[in-house]
Amino acid sequence: MSPPAKAQTRRFGNKVRDAGLAYLFLLPALIIFGVFAYYPLYRLFWYATHTQSRFRNKPASYVGLEQLKASLTSNDFISGLTHSGLYMLYTVPLGLLLGVMLAVSTHRRLKGIKIFQTIFSSTVASSVAVASVVFITLVNPEIGYFKNVPWLSLRDPTSALFAVSLSSVWQNLGLTFIVVLAALQTVPDELIEAATLDGYGAVRRFWRITVPLISPALLFLGIVLVVSALQAFAQIEILTGGGPSGATETLLFKIADPRGIRPLGVRASYSLGLFVLTAIVAGAQYSIMSKRVHYGD
Amino acid sequence: MATDPTDSAANEQIRLNQTAEKIVDPLVPAPYDNDKAVQPPRSGLRNAVATTTTYLVLTALSVIVLFPIYMLLLRALSSPLKYISAGQPLYPVSIEWDVFNRAFGQASLGRSMGLSFVVTFVIVIAQVLTSVLAAYAFAFLEFPLKKLAFVLVIGTLLLPIEVTLIANVEIIRKLHLLNSVPGLTFPFLVTAIGIFLIRQGFLGIPRDLRDASELDGYGHLRFLFKVAMPMSKAIIGSFIVIAFLGAWNQYVWPRFATDRGAWQTVQVALRTIGSENPGELNLGFAAAIVASLPLLALLIFFQRQIVRGLTAGAVKG
Repeated sequence: MSPPAKAQTRRFGNKVRDAGLAYLFLLPALIIFGVFAYYPLYRLFWYATHTQSRFRNKPASYVGLEQLKASLTSNDFISGLTHSGLYMLYTVPLGLLLGVMLAVSTHRRLKGIKIFQTIFSSTVASSVAVASVVFITLVNPEIGYFKNVPWLSLRDPTSALFAVSLSSVWQNLGLTFIVVLAALQTVPDELIEAATLDGYGAVRRFWRITVPLISPALLFLGIVLVVSALQAFAQIEILTGGGPSGATETLLFKIADPRGIRPLGVRASYSLGLFVLTAIVAGAQYSIMSKRVHYGD
Repeated sequence: MATDPTDSAANEQIRLNQTAEKIVDPLVPAPYDNDKAVQPPRSGLRNAVATTTTYLVLTALSVIVLFPIYMLLLRALSSPLKYISAGQPLYPVSIEWDVFNRAFGQASLGRSMGLSFVVTFVIVIAQVLTSVLAAYAFAFLEFPLKKLAFVLVIGTLLLPIEVTLIANVEIIRKLHLLNSVPGLTFPFLVTAIGIFLIRQGFLGIPRDLRDASELDGYGHLRFLFKVAMPMSKAIIGSFIVIAFLGAWNQYVWPRFATDRGAWQTVQVALRTIGSENPGELNLGFAAAIVASLPLLALLIFFQRQIVRGLTAGAVKG
């Protein structure tokens, strides 16, 4: 056995050994990320700059940025973008509003409040697919309970996307409720009481004190909801299959293209479009987060 | 105002006003004594009205949240054709209790549930292992290109499976892994969020503790397993729960990494179960109930971890 003092410096201080250990620890992560995140990004560029023959054994031909440009300016892409944007518009504000409503109404000491809190967080247990099947019972044009309500009709191109989006609003309620309630619980009671003594009414108290204090949670939720709207797919496939006449084909639906009508190069170009949108959202998230850290100091 | 069922803030105000009155009361001069005599019953009544209103609002909101779930139960249990010919009422029609048995038998719900469990366990276990190791490297070790490695990890947040979907499907196809557990799990064995969360937990461990374990002759591995991991139990627990949630609920990847029914996870199978025959629609609804049971159990037994896991992003940033 070597002297203890030496052993210690070898165990923790040895730079070469530490670096070796670090890379060993990082190896699985870097391999998986390399193969299934970064290499696919390169492949997307490759597919976007090549046109593929319908027959897999024929070689693809290089077309430069032509295909990418044509795809990202096509009506098909623009309509996918529009539908994804509308989906966001339908799900994000309504989702936040309902989440806050549910959380505020259960944020009090009251007998049995736990039961209500459990009910309101219950939709956390439903996946997108389950929520979609649930909404078949409500909005399916043949068997849905609300099949005769015009503004929930899946047969009408003007209402179909909204009807589908309600399944997301419902499914996300559990998450928004849980996050907002947790945020409300960090608002000190004394602050609310002090404001009451200062003559602040309930509405003013809510907007001037509660909302600013829970705004980080609301921003976080806003971003989560925007991202999940951008990635809407299962609810579309299960509830409408993209119809009627393409009115619910979101960007990801066109990329995934379950009926296989678009060439790989076009779908790769769309994927790069989605990548840019994801980057913009993530950038917004990052700048908001760093601003918040600043604010906290 | 207090009777408006949508304005729960009004109830809040009443409650707070009463608190305020209690605080102010001792300071109120004699002239108010008359009022005081009248007040207790009145404030009791106001209290009762406020409480009742709150309960009414809460019940109304509960009905809205639970109605879709009720409809799912109703449709799962009712005989599909008889329910429709009865005019789709709000109560079950000729209940078929064996619908769950039939979903497992006819629709092979058992197989897809089993596959979902296998896929979920593989993903969760792998994610915890890879995240803990990577997080340890970032939190406790110095090495060249550390910043770059961290940027590469965080960068994958821009590359969710939805973005890389079609390229990944081609990769899995080339590796001949379509319709296999490796194909269903490989892209998810690591997650930047896990690395990030657990690193955050590790960074919260006081330096003194590391120095102390160094003095005790602990190496990195012993420090990781005996000190760092036990001390980050809460954060790792929350991560496990949200990783389970995410893996179980996956739809897009298993949908396109498989092209045979036998390899459908339960979420993907939900799309088709019972959809071919109008007389068997209830099988699909029953399957949706079964598919949510594991998460319901999670929600009941690990509520605290779920809340912590879901809010981690909101609080920690």
